[in-house]
Amino acid sequence: MAAEEKLPAWNEIPPGGIIIEPGNAEERYTGDWRVFRPVINQDKCIRCLLCWVYCPDSVFHIVDEEYVTSKGRKYSFSLKIDYDHCKGCGICVEECPVNAIDFVEEVK
Amino acid sequence: MAVTVQEAKVTWKRLPLSSNYAAAYAVKDLDVDVIAAYPITPQTTVVEKIAEFIANGELNAEMIHVESEHSALSATIAASAAGARAFTATASQGLELMHEILHIASGLRLPVVMSIATRALSAPISIWNDYSDLMNTRDTSWITLIASSAQEVYDSIVQAYRIAEDPEVMLPVMVAYDGYLMSHTYEPVLVPEDNKPILDYAPKNYNRIKLDPERPISMGTLTGPEWYYEFKYQQVVAMKKALEKARKADEEFKARFGRGYGLIETFNVEDADVVIVAYGGLYGTVIEAIEPLVEKGVKVGAMRLRLWRPFPVEDVKKALGNAKLVTVIDKAISYGARIAGPVALEVMSSFYHDEAKPMIMSVIAGIGQRRITEDTIREIVDYSFKVLGRGRAPEESLYWGVRGVRYE
Amino acid sequence: MRFEIRWHGRGGQGAVTAAMILAEAAIFEGKYAQAFPEFGAERRGAPVRAYTRVSDKPILTRAPITRPDVVVVLDSSLPKELYLAGLKEGGLILVNTKKTAGEFAESTGIDTSKYRLYTVDATRIALEILGVPIVNTAMVGALVKVLPIVSLENVEKAIMETFPGRLGEKNVKAVRAAYEAVAAESVVAR
Repeated sequence: MAAEEKLPAWNEIPPGGIIIEPGNAEERYTGDWRVFRPVINQDKCIRCLLCWVYCPDSVFHIVDEEYVTSKGRKYSFSLKIDYDHCKGCGICVEECPVNAIDFVEEVK
Repeated sequence: MAVTVQEAKVTWKRLPLSSNYAAAYAVKDLDVDVIAAYPITPQTTVVEKIAEFIANGELNAEMIHVESEHSALSATIAASAAGARAFTATASQGLELMHEILHIASGLRLPVVMSIATRALSAPISIWNDYSDLMNTRDTSWITLIASSAQEVYDSIVQAYRIAEDPEVMLPVMVAYDGYLMSHTYEPVLVPEDNKPILDYAPKNYNRIKLDPERPISMGTLTGPEWYYEFKYQQVVAMKKALEKARKADEEFKARFGRGYGLIETFNVEDADVVIVAYGGLYGTVIEAIEPLVEKGVKVGAMRLRLWRPFPVEDVKKALGNAKLVTVIDKAISYGARIAGPVALEVMSSFYHDEAKPMIMSVIAGIGQRRITEDTIREIVDYSFKVLGRGRAPEESLYWGVRGVRYE
Repeated sequence: MRFEIRWHGRGGQGAVTAAMILAEAAIFEGKYAQAFPEFGAERRGAPVRAYTRVSDKPILTRAPITRPDVVVVLDSSLPKELYLAGLKEGGLILVNTKKTAGEFAESTGIDTSKYRLYTVDATRIALEILGVPIVNTAMVGALVKVLPIVSLENVEKAIMETFPGRLGEKNVKAVRAAYEAVAAESVVAR
């Protein structure tokens, strides 16, 4: 109950459950919901971005980092996961066409 | 056109209109932006008339054709969420199909206005009037006005936008009236030559929270147990405020246009032992039935409930406080309740905490438009005096006029 | 003074529109009026009732008219019990028939010592002028002749509002024809 008492009163919040500041889901830390953590194998990754498309929480970020695979293939960007908001649903692991995302048990 | 009447600064046309057409004229004069509706008897001619106004260029609005009432109110809500002044109309099964969306309109705090030509519910099918459809919406957090003349339908829809769009209210409003007995009855209605005074009275509130790509917001969010209750309490407070806002809206309407109704209307209540409470078009029949009795010295009066939600407790108590017996005629049944009249229940609860209070009798009548004439009303008055003589009101609602049921 | 008029016809003859036109005309005249049908799932040929109240004062009641001052019968084949029900003594009956009032009273047994009976051949007028047996406007024309509660001019105005253009003009013609005919053809049997 202690945490609840800190929440704003009925007359301190916008009407109708309307969220007037857009994109505020970012303020909510959901990174501790995971049991398994998706980890990108940058070497196997073919940069198809299907993970970026499928992720329900938009945690895949395209970063300006060149990457050269062990076989010498050069990519102009890399993918990073926002672990503060990844809930570990595993959809990316399922959808990755080249099995480049490992699902590793969190150490809690 | 017709005879013109000069009142305040407004020039009025006196037109023969049904209550449905009066609703359509109000929508036109309020310059409503979006209308979405689905045809259902006896509401249909409201929207047909609006469509005619749009086709003639008399109203610049978007008419959205939908495939059901569920969609009609959904589209109306979407338009209102985007900031438009939006309107819909329905009746009976249509209102039932809208039911879940009724809660969404009020929960999202959207100032939608809807007219209801009240009608009985299936099954068995009845296209005729009673108030079963409206009374089922009691707990949907819609402000609800019940009109008793075509003029009042026009005036109430104008007042409805003013109340709904008030920043301290922001709740949807229903304006109800008798299906057929009013929706299809032609009578004189004053409408303004020019709608400017109407818009001056009820200016559009575009300066509210709305969906706007320039300033994005989220509507229709999921709220957990730690948030939901507060939003519902906001509606409780808004409803409370709506009572005084509705009163003020009517008072200012009267000051500007010379016509006002109050939250309730009364006839001879000061001097009455028995007061008949009614709503909608029935009130007029009640008045004509009891006028000759009052002239003969019978101590009978009448009260009409105009604002159903929020319920004007203090006004009702003031009006009925002198009576010895109050007979509430309801045109709807709350099945399984001993007192099955929704308004009767509300009147009773208003007096619950008081030591001195009138006896209250609940009468159900006019179900599925079972005929109520002046004679029916006088029979109910006679019976009320009989009950008064006995000193105890029946503990159960009386089902007046059902074949095979008699009350001694 | 209030007049309560009950219209009796069959679905398709226009009794509801007749009730409305008379009320509209009264409202244009500055009076109070009310018109409404006896609402049913109307179908062609079924008996239909409609009501008009006209008054100098506001009309509050919305009850159907059970004790009319006037009954207008658009179809003479309707049983007389239907339209005589509740008619006030001294009340007015206007019937669409080829018969004179005397003949009609004789064939139906209507007691002309109790009621004022008028007849008009509105079907003939409608067929001649409109080409269809829709007698409502003609019956309004005949009614305002025998019960001058609204002017012919306002009846014509109400008709032009209801049926704009050529159809309205034809109906106005039918109104005038019946207005003239009812005087010539009917007998006030007392």
